[in-house]
Amino acid sequence: MQAFTTLTGIAAPLPKANVDTDQIIPARFLKSISRTGFGKNLFANFRYREDGSENPDFVLNQEPYRKAEILIAFENFGCGSSREHAPWALLDFGIRCVIAPDFADIFHNNSFKNGVLPVKLPREVCEQLVEDARMGGNARLSVDLERQVVVRPNGEEIPFQIDPLRRHLLLNGLDDIGQTMQHAPAIDAYEAKRQAAQPWLAGA
Amino acid sequence: MSGQQPRTLFDKIWDAHVVETLPDGTALLYIDLHLTHEVTTPQAFDGLRQAGRKLRRPDLTLGVIDHNIATDSSRYTGIVDPESRVQVETLQRNAEEFGMPLIPLLDRRQGIVHVIGPELGRSLPGMTIVCGDSHTSTHGAMGALAFGIGTSEVEHVLATQTLLQKPAKNMQVLVEGTLPVGCTAKDITLAIIGRIGTAGGTGHVIEYAGDTIRALDMAGRMTLCNMSIEGGARAGMVAPDETTFAYVRGRPMAPKGEALERAIAYWRTLPTDPGAHFDTVVRLAAQDIAPQVTWGTSPEDVLPITGIVPNPEEAADEARREQMRRKLQYMGIEAGQRLQDLKVDVVFVGSCTNSRIEDIRAAAAIARGRRVADGVRAMVVPGSGLVKAQAEEEGLDRILQEAGFEWREAGCSMCLGMNPDKLTPGQRCASTSNRNFEGRQGPGGRTHLLSPAMAAAAAIAGRLADVRDFQPKGGN
Repeated sequence: MQAFTTLTGIAAPLPKANVDTDQIIPARFLKSISRTGFGKNLFANFRYREDGSENPDFVLNQEPYRKAEILIAFENFGCGSSREHAPWALLDFGIRCVIAPDFADIFHNNSFKNGVLPVKLPREVCEQLVEDARMGGNARLSVDLERQVVVRPNGEEIPFQIDPLRRHLLLNGLDDIGQTMQHAPAIDAYEAKRQAAQPWLAGA
Repeated sequence: MSGQQPRTLFDKIWDAHVVETLPDGTALLYIDLHLTHEVTTPQAFDGLRQAGRKLRRPDLTLGVIDHNIATDSSRYTGIVDPESRVQVETLQRNAEEFGMPLIPLLDRRQGIVHVIGPELGRSLPGMTIVCGDSHTSTHGAMGALAFGIGTSEVEHVLATQTLLQKPAKNMQVLVEGTLPVGCTAKDITLAIIGRIGTAGGTGHVIEYAGDTIRALDMAGRMTLCNMSIEGGARAGMVAPDETTFAYVRGRPMAPKGEALERAIAYWRTLPTDPGAHFDTVVRLAAQDIAPQVTWGTSPEDVLPITGIVPNPEEAADEARREQMRRKLQYMGIEAGQRLQDLKVDVVFVGSCTNSRIEDIRAAAAIARGRRVADGVRAMVVPGSGLVKAQAEEEGLDRILQEAGFEWREAGCSMCLGMNPDKLTPGQRCASTSNRNFEGRQGPGGRTHLLSPAMAAAAAIAGRLADVRDFQPKGGN
């Protein structure tokens, strides 16, 4: 996983609540067996018209947002399915940070595993950031995970909270399977105890 | 143990599965059962391969093919869609390479992962169950802690049989009283989501309790727990009781004999202790629930079938007004329209929410002796090969087909628009599935969520209809 330290880039405004995973990446595009290549179908139902041409009204089809690296949205971002294809699609498009008032739990988890940083900020702040983002290419936002601040184009710094363990893993680009493997003796011991106490759980 | 704090069902299952607690409070949680399917696993197995890791507990893992396969006879002659074929073959190859048990595509036990787990007796009370699918919450009906995970977490479980998790908050949804005629578990769950909203359960595990819930059969409890995620909760659960134990008894993969009796003795210790703390409590009176149907593009956009399309101009602020206008435009409906006047093009009875034998019986009871309206395509997709066989033994397939319903092979079908069963743009569908998001059943498709009996009534009427106007007709 790519580490996330600081990011300065163009932010795309998507001022909507309940952006669900079927909007982020519709199920018909989930048939790939790789983790990459989903970017072209990110928000496909909004980005493309029925004939396959680009919908010029959708923000990610407009300059400078085609190069957006940050997305600003409203409540309950990523609700719906467990598909990790949602953060994969964001990442493949080039978006490495989503800022919203809150996130659906599974999407929130999945993002961290892929170096996509979900930042929770209050609705009023997200509304301000949407206005900043609407200024386009002259208005870059910065997200500094080390210092836990979002820096607005006017220099104002907005602090955000984040789980310390997740921050650590993300700053260092660490694979948490490797970390868990270090607990193998404890897992072995748990399994032995489980087998004795609840033999009916033995596998099929 | 004396002096111990009273605990919830969730607390007890959680505590019993903590392998270790990390300094920051994150738990390394042991997973008793990992269900897998073709869509969310290829990248996870790739990860194992690249890191030279093995599948730690093949015996606690079970794969099945459900999401992307066709539900017509084409599965017997080979999968037509090349991408779907690659995905299915990849699961088959991974199962072989890593020694994972897999239910073959043409096996009669094949079906939707959240139908087959309980049906085969593999999903049991007290377990932790995960799957790379958000509707894993379904298995919580067994009195298990079951939740959906992403592909990175799938890989983590494959490699370690554990997950790193922070404890969730406890929410109790208490439903009491007698459910009115025409109402089912689906109406309860839609009414709950209408009340708490799609983010109401975020960060929580929901325990459904109260005498209305206790009176539900296992299929109803599965429907209820299934849609917990639509209320934002990763997991929903119902405490195991005699209904649960009777359901488990005799299932092919369930414990038997003395092992089962020991298990039941343990399962009896799981229900929430009196006085246990819930962070949030929501109460519903069953008698206030009417048959529900969604009108918008979120499961929280729900009303009784007697309702009218709400007026965006009455919403609280401009952002919400704009959002509602967009919903009405997408759905092709107007404020003030009676929901019962909305004509449907397609009716879908199926999905992990409502494809069990009880659901098919409910649809058939309405369909018996009636005809699907002209111009309506109505399909019934059983949740598994075993459900299909049972329905055929009961003659339900005949009743449904005589009424003009299609009777299909088991799979996820038209729930999610990733197999050949899809809506075309503008089509309106009365669907027993779980999500009415824009494009969920196919780009431009318009979904109204409702119960199986309500779906069958819509098929007959050719429009959304009140199931209470449809008395079952007798005869065979």
